[in-house]
Amino acid sequence: MSSDTNTTNDAVNPAVDSNELIRFDKVVKRFGDNVVLDHLDFSVDSGKHVTLIGPSGSGKTTILRLLMTLLKPDEGTIKVGGQYLTHEEKNGKLVPAGEKHVRDVRKNIGMVFQQFNLFPNMKVLRNITEAPVQVLGLSKDEADQRARELLELVGLTEHIDKYPTQLSGGQQQRVAIARALAMRPQVLLLDEVTSALDPELVAGVLDVLRDIAHTTDITMLCVTHEMNFARDISDQVLMFDAGRVIESGAPEKIFGDPDHQRTREFLSAVL
Amino acid sequence: MMTSEFFTSWFLPGVWVTIQVTLFSAALAGVVAFVIGTLRTSRFWIVRFLSGTYFEIFRGTSALVLMFLFVFAIPLMFRWQFISPMVAGIVALGLTYGAYGSEVVRGSLAAVAPAQREAGIALSFTRMQRLRRIELPQAWPEMIPAFNNLLIELLKGTSLVSLVTVADMTFAGNLLRLATNESAPIYTLLLVLYFVFAFILTRGMRLLERQAKARIGQKPEKLGLLSGLRAKPSTDVVTGTGGVK
Repeated sequence: MSSDTNTTNDAVNPAVDSNELIRFDKVVKRFGDNVVLDHLDFSVDSGKHVTLIGPSGSGKTTILRLLMTLLKPDEGTIKVGGQYLTHEEKNGKLVPAGEKHVRDVRKNIGMVFQQFNLFPNMKVLRNITEAPVQVLGLSKDEADQRARELLELVGLTEHIDKYPTQLSGGQQQRVAIARALAMRPQVLLLDEVTSALDPELVAGVLDVLRDIAHTTDITMLCVTHEMNFARDISDQVLMFDAGRVIESGAPEKIFGDPDHQRTREFLSAVL
Repeated sequence: MMTSEFFTSWFLPGVWVTIQVTLFSAALAGVVAFVIGTLRTSRFWIVRFLSGTYFEIFRGTSALVLMFLFVFAIPLMFRWQFISPMVAGIVALGLTYGAYGSEVVRGSLAAVAPAQREAGIALSFTRMQRLRRIELPQAWPEMIPAFNNLLIELLKGTSLVSLVTVADMTFAGNLLRLATNESAPIYTLLLVLYFVFAFILTRGMRLLERQAKARIGQKPEKLGLLSGLRAKPSTDVVTGTGGVK
């Protein structure tokens, strides 16, 4: 999260596209014979909050996992901040990227998982400080300071000295959000972050994310089944079906008056 | 039966030798287990192949024959020998039990949830950082019960060194039997001593396990005072022991 919060998202200008942060170019991903992403093209501008919706199996989570380099594309390229993510340019040719290149580009991306995935062997504070110290080279004090600010943001200051297993699911997920933000990524990937939570804990997590969406200039890419939340925070909604974007637009348009029959069917099923 | 002179000049030193051999070979076995076990999870096939070869060879050979080789054959073949038969025995036991232990390490690492690996990738940790800070600390509490079994096998295996002229407590017992012909009390005493040592080791390992589980925020399971008498049923890790010593 940026500390200079005066550059908030009210400055976002939808007409300018030189601001592109993420670009998928003809990306294909197969699992066996099953084509999950079929020559997918799409881009996300810096500072935008984009929600991916669509029936399960339509490839939404695959997009996030490709960006996080948990999966490799079978074909096509992905660029983040103008740099190839899984490829490197060598002598004018695109070759599969080495470990270090991937790590460098990936540092700009943070992810929050459906199942939180906190490190059970570390207390809350160290869950948040470990990567800033080890990966970014922050001093222990700087990282502690950053973690305390973030814990305040997610409302968990009093749990700083607990192990993840001592927290509720909602609390764990808020720690996971703080942990991802502590790396100050340009992009935050949110993979169905409330799906594993008990219903009464969902609101607390969504409130935190709303707060982050409205007070920072972080780019968000969000897979969710919480349509109200999507409507609330999104600048753009992408409707996926069978590995392609079949419709995209402002949330008012997609949720209010979608063009596509498939979108209407999907929304009437989930809303 | 046992003169006090014999007791102080042979038996007590023998007990001390058994303790030393146990501790040093356990230390060596621990290092071997972690190094080989970790290498066996490498993404490079050649590393997996070489470490797997070590594992198969040392798991599949006899610690006793290895000791005979070290103490009696290598000096003739290479005009080089270990500093003492005791060191040779420690090395033979350490290499063999290290191979067993590597299977425990490999299995426990493989049992760490894949989601933990993914969380580590998402935070841009290197492979080494993930291994050291995420995977090994989480696998460690799972290793301890299996290591406990191995440690007790190792303790009892140390009696093999008596066959390569090392004066451990089994060696002293045999001497005493030759001198007195009092087989029954002597061997009973030896068995009781091995049992007591094994029991102490088990209590120590239980303590270690409790600590390790507390450090990952898990409550240790409650077991009775004499839990050390019962072997904990092995869950997901193969200890790989057995066979002719």
